[in-house]
Amino acid sequence: MTKPSVEELKAIAKRVRRDIIKMTAAAASGHPGGSLSAVEILIALYFVIMKHDPKNPSWPERDYLVLSKGHASPLLYSVMAEAGYIKKDTLLSFRRLGSPLQGHPDRRRIPGIEASTGSLGQGLSIGIGHALANRLDKRSNYTYVVMSDGETNEGQVWEAAAMAAHHKIDHLVAIIDYNKFQLDDATKVICNMEPIVEKWKSFNWHVEEIDGHDWNQVIEALEKSKNVKDQPAVIIAHTIKGKGISFMENNNHFHGVAPTKEEAERALKELS
Amino acid sequence: MEKRLGKATRDAYGKTLIELGKENPNIVVLDADLSKSTKTCLFQEVFPDRFFNVGIQEANLVGVASGLAASGKIPFVSSFASFLVLKSYDQLRMGAAFPELNVKVVASHGGISVGEDGASQMAIEDIALMTSLPGCVVTIPCDEFSAAQMTRKFAEYKGLAYMRTCRPKAPIIYDEKVKIQIGKGIKLRDGKDITLVANGLLVFEALQAAEDLAKEKIEASVIDMHTVKPLDRDLLISEARKTGHVVVAEEHQIWGGLGSAVATLLAQECPARMAFVAIQDTYAESGPPDELLDKYGLRAVDIVKAAKKIL
Ligand SMILES: Cc1ncc(C[n+]2csc(CCOP(=O)(O)OP(=O)(O)O)c2C)c(N)n1
Repeated sequence: MTKPSVEELKAIAKRVRRDIIKMTAAAASGHPGGSLSAVEILIALYFVIMKHDPKNPSWPERDYLVLSKGHASPLLYSVMAEAGYIKKDTLLSFRRLGSPLQGHPDRRRIPGIEASTGSLGQGLSIGIGHALANRLDKRSNYTYVVMSDGETNEGQVWEAAAMAAHHKIDHLVAIIDYNKFQLDDATKVICNMEPIVEKWKSFNWHVEEIDGHDWNQVIEALEKSKNVKDQPAVIIAHTIKGKGISFMENNNHFHGVAPTKEEAERALKELS
Repeated sequence: MEKRLGKATRDAYGKTLIELGKENPNIVVLDADLSKSTKTCLFQEVFPDRFFNVGIQEANLVGVASGLAASGKIPFVSSFASFLVLKSYDQLRMGAAFPELNVKVVASHGGISVGEDGASQMAIEDIALMTSLPGCVVTIPCDEFSAAQMTRKFAEYKGLAYMRTCRPKAPIIYDEKVKIQIGKGIKLRDGKDITLVANGLLVFEALQAAEDLAKEKIEASVIDMHTVKPLDRDLLISEARKTGHVVVAEEHQIWGGLGSAVATLLAQECPARMAFVAIQDTYAESGPPDELLDKYGLRAVDIVKAAKKIL
């Protein structure tokens, strides 16, 4: 696979953001805000970093991706459609009865989805399981876990963090989509997790801190994290919830509320 | 039957919390970053000091509530039923049930009528789990009026109690004057041929089913069994004696719900022919609530079919 240029990545990102708007608007439900904030992260993983084959989703040599923040399913589906796992024309069936595109990812329904998520806080543990299995089988593939800041309120995240470092698990990279909001309010209002970088460092993780919308920083941090030995790595990616659409940026109304038809039209115009 | 949609039971809960907060300064409310959905946000607006949004951490949520209860407060704890019950089960057990503390657990988004969010957000196991906790009261009110009353009863009741509320607007069954008592079912219709026992959103479906059966000259009793535990023994035994046929309908996994509770009672006291309308040992999926209730067989037609099967 030849790696796309930054220009090409940007074009994919625009299409993915348009798809997120169209899918949530058509379903009249879903989580646009936290989908839009992690667009660059997921595209960098699928199009630059991960070893994977859409024609062979259970290829044993593949890298694993766990979308722990399962409510960002519109993002996952649209990126997987770009990558060739999902037919583009099924995207608008999102959240309809019988659709494989469930409100939250369901690994039984779409080959290539590694974990059924939607109950926050569990993905990192699952990722550790993948990494341990790969280590046992002497494979050198990687596991990536995409989480969110509010999600790290969950105690299980910190159990997993302690255990992964204790077992010196490398080939495991967590990415935190740090968009500063959770559901009811800003993360610093509900349950402030700062100082985040120091927390992960004190848990013995390798930490990278980046702008999660800067392609070069995202790709570089992922490459660096892959090379960390005998230690898990986490990337704290500063992002903007609702990124890319002026009236959705940092507007937590759009956490779990879809754009109306008019809002969707305005958003698509901005993304044209 | 005319279907008049009222408020969702979660709305009635949130509104009643404000009244209770005014009456009793010991009432405190806790949530885990879902206050807009569970409607505890209404309490927060009036009593910000007595409201604790702990963040996305359900196990800690219940542990903190236990400590508050042990210190004399009356904590009402809320989140989605899927997370509140399933992620905090040991905390409910060791923190509240075992020490017999006065904790009120009110979980929203029960059942599959959650809709488009899909299976991960739908609790279909909560009644089985909560009835398994020794001494725990377990309830599912069917409309806004009974949910409001039940919330009041919870504040009066001393001990661990669980109420499931639902996401969608609920068909109106009662009015303000309804008298709800924990552990006492309400007979909404009397019939001699068969007894339909239901709770939550299925109460309306059971009433509809009774009407449909009446057209075929089958007279059905309908009971709103809002309390699964303690179960209304007297009412159920007298109904089973009279009709000898009982259909239980609920928005829950068939294992361990209201159906199991009623069957366990009647098997011992007054065996009857029984049928169960419930989720058949499967997870549901995303979709509009009405389409899901159709697909998973939780409608009046399904109750009618079950009734005819055993008659
Ligand atoms: C265990 C659990 N509790 C509650 C929820 C409901 N919920 C869905 S999204 C969300 C807020 C998530 O905030 P964050 O993790 O920061 O995600 P983002 O802001 O990136 O969307 C909550 C509380 C859930 N899905 N899982």
